[in-house]
Amino acid sequence: MSANSLQTLANAGKGESTRTLLRVIILFLIAGASISSRLFSVIRFESIIHEFDPWFNFRATKYLVANGFYKFWDWFDDRTWHPLGRVTGGTLYPGLMVTSGAIYHALRALTIPVDIRNICVMLAPAFSGLTAYAAYLLTNEMTPSSSAGLLAAAFMGIAPGYISRSVAGSYDNEAIAIFLLVFTFYLWIKALKQGSMLWGALCALFYGYMVASWGGYAFITCLLPLHAFVLICMGRYSTRLYVAYTTWYALGTLASMQIPFVGFLPVKTSEHMPALGIFGFLQLLAFLDYVRSAIPSRQYQTFLWLFAGGTFGIGLLALVVATSAGVIAPWSGRFYSLWDTGYAKIHIPIIASVSEHQPTAWPAFFFDLNFLIFLFPAGVYLCFQELADEHVFIVVYAVFGSYFAGVMVRLMLTLTPVVCVAAAIAVASVLDTYLKADSPAPEGHQSEEGSDATTKKAAKSTLKSTSKPVVGIYSYLSKGIVVGAFTIYLLMFVRHCTWVTSNAYSSPSVVLASRLADGSQHIIDDYREAYQWLRQNTKEDAKIMSWWDYGYQIGGMADRPTLVDNNTWNNTHIATVGKAMSSREEVSYPIMRQHEVDYVLVVFGGLLGYSGDDINKFLWMVRIAEGIWPDEVKEREFFTPRGEYRVDEGATETMKNSLMYKMSYYNYNTLFPPGQAQDRVRGVRLPDVGPTLNVLDEAFTSENWIIRIYKVKDLDNFGRDHASAAAFDRGIKKKKGTKKRVARQLRIE
Amino acid sequence: MAPKHRNVTPAAQQQQPVATSSSNVAAAPVAAAPSSSSGSVSGGSSSSKMGSKQQNSWDQVVVNIANYYSKNTPQRTKLLDAFMAFLVAVGALQFLYCVLAGNYPFNAFLSGFSATVGQFVLTASLRIQTAEANKSDFPSVSPERAFADYVVCSLILHFFCVNFIN
Repeated sequence: MSANSLQTLANAGKGESTRTLLRVIILFLIAGASISSRLFSVIRFESIIHEFDPWFNFRATKYLVANGFYKFWDWFDDRTWHPLGRVTGGTLYPGLMVTSGAIYHALRALTIPVDIRNICVMLAPAFSGLTAYAAYLLTNEMTPSSSAGLLAAAFMGIAPGYISRSVAGSYDNEAIAIFLLVFTFYLWIKALKQGSMLWGALCALFYGYMVASWGGYAFITCLLPLHAFVLICMGRYSTRLYVAYTTWYALGTLASMQIPFVGFLPVKTSEHMPALGIFGFLQLLAFLDYVRSAIPSRQYQTFLWLFAGGTFGIGLLALVVATSAGVIAPWSGRFYSLWDTGYAKIHIPIIASVSEHQPTAWPAFFFDLNFLIFLFPAGVYLCFQELADEHVFIVVYAVFGSYFAGVMVRLMLTLTPVVCVAAAIAVASVLDTYLKADSPAPEGHQSEEGSDATTKKAAKSTLKSTSKPVVGIYSYLSKGIVVGAFTIYLLMFVRHCTWVTSNAYSSPSVVLASRLADGSQHIIDDYREAYQWLRQNTKEDAKIMSWWDYGYQIGGMADRPTLVDNNTWNNTHIATVGKAMSSREEVSYPIMRQHEVDYVLVVFGGLLGYSGDDINKFLWMVRIAEGIWPDEVKEREFFTPRGEYRVDEGATETMKNSLMYKMSYYNYNTLFPPGQAQDRVRGVRLPDVGPTLNVLDEAFTSENWIIRIYKVKDLDNFGRDHASAAAFDRGIKKKKGTKKRVARQLRIE
Repeated sequence: MAPKHRNVTPAAQQQQPVATSSSNVAAAPVAAAPSSSSGSVSGGSSSSKMGSKQQNSWDQVVVNIANYYSKNTPQRTKLLDAFMAFLVAVGALQFLYCVLAGNYPFNAFLSGFSATVGQFVLTASLRIQTAEANKSDFPSVSPERAFADYVVCSLILHFFCVNFIN
């Protein structure tokens, strides 16, 4: 593989082997840089799995390693979605777990004892090195200048848009999927250029791997047909296109259907129909092409009209019939939300409630891509100048990718590769032009090493340019200025990337960091404290109810069954939890009893000023619950008459009586002197008298009050309802209770 | 690369480019063509009206194609074509069965059908790659390499099918 590509890369000329060696060294350095820039979180915190989804992937990987592949494939998980369970083996993308499982076993076979956790943590950085290499290969297909490839590799390696999903510990599907995405595109271009079945088959295999890894595979499924379609419309149909596309589609579709979660989708859903349509269209074109070479032109016209008209009519009829008969599923909601950004908010609150599904804000482009975003159009323009088949691909990808990146924050990830490639083409063309000592001889690409040690190389080549007589760009001054400016840009880019990575993307969010007054770092470890408490103090099968965000973490870290988790496959079940959280105690208690809930977990950031807490997410719970029970839960009632969302004295009755509010603020005012209880997230003073809880007992509150766990009371022994029983208890045990409460105070270390 | 094939494509979308491009390239083979098909052009533009004339030229088109095929196709390629025709027949049969008798083991139907379709396109690709006329399109693919690719792809295809068939 690598030998082959290097061979094609190496342009003819003297010093080829030296250049190849240099290239290999540079690529290794880039891989090293991209890996090491993702290690901030490991160094600052520890080798830990981040965030939410990775915890599930980690848990699944542990299951895979412990029980083997076949058991993993048939895994029915009864510890999630409590009464229902989840057919996990059939509803996940297994690529990630299988990859790390394979690495684990390979290392074991080499007698390298390594913990599966460390493999999971380091998987994303390791694959980012490969992504850089894939970007290098892809770019080299676009332009003869090999410096562009190296620049693209360097950009890809450190672009924050990609780092955001691939720092050490963010063990998510995207960790390997972006590599597969770029590499599949590379193979596609290769197949298209050569018209080779083998490359097409390789492309299909990697496409299959991609399907196994990430739901974003639909991006490839739509982009390749689109590229083919654009080529056809431009009058560039060629037999090479036929060979590459049909091989890819025939094998790739079969490969994608091997994944149980995907199953029959490729022949049933509309997202996959463009690929099928282009496949059929290409068959027609190939046939017409053949006929055209066989008969004279006039006759061909007749033939064409009849044939094309007939086929189109039949195809349209079949499509209409199939869609109306329900054979082909209509477009899914997530898909609609790609076209109409308001769609999800109205129809599917569960999709809209996820922050990464929000539309992208403009500054995010600059934040994630820095100066690449300016060079991106320049690179696309350069593609237009040549406009071979592969350049059309970049153009199509650029348009498609920018649109989707604008619609959903998360899809910035799919835009990043093309931005890196296009920007690298632009920078390389500038550098190649201005770094040349003598313009007619196009041999010296000093700029190809410009990626990791830009200053030095630039300095060297400007020195070289001064030593020789000049043709081409005549003035040293203009050369110097342009090269110098770009050197500065590149340096600033590196600086920006490092800064963004270190500040924005390297927080595990399981462990929080803060600075004490003296500037030293203070680790806030409430999550793990609480999960550890659950693990040690509750029954093995105690059911934990929490909002779905924390489902995976509870499953992964506390190893306790949960009601709902981040998989969100059952909206009704989530709405049930939302209803339990947003209703009065008397309403919530039967729901919790029915679902055999033992503990309820809420996240409360009021003491610390941690804004990602449940009170801030509360409105989504209300909305989702309202979607199912519009009569019982009403979003309007959580707002004051003036339309404010308040938690202080002015909060509505519904708000104050909701279980979530009570659980969050229960006993909170005992931390403060009377009348000074304050919520630091919302910046308001709370009522003097805190809420009372009748159906729940406070079981655990973490050090900084971020996690609060309540035990659901059993039915009363005397058959009283909980309110009166609690009132009776309060009457008797008042003294004891207050004593206990006095003993509790804020622990500060 | 191959101007002949570049020019074909506009024909698929529009009638206009066909007239220009094909008059450049493919006017030669049959001298009698213009006179016989002048009616058919008008027939093509208003196809339903002039049924009988249409029929004539349609016959002629088919005959022309058949002649061209039997004259200009090597024996080996004909073998491939026979295989492709067989695959089409099998595919049609499978589809018919699916329509008539239901698609109950959908896996089985799908993998069987995909196997025929996949094998068909692979064979078509092999045929395209080995055809003399297309040589200029595939500078890096020799017939031997094409066949090796074909074998590899078929193996992959059938591996997936067998795995999927349940």
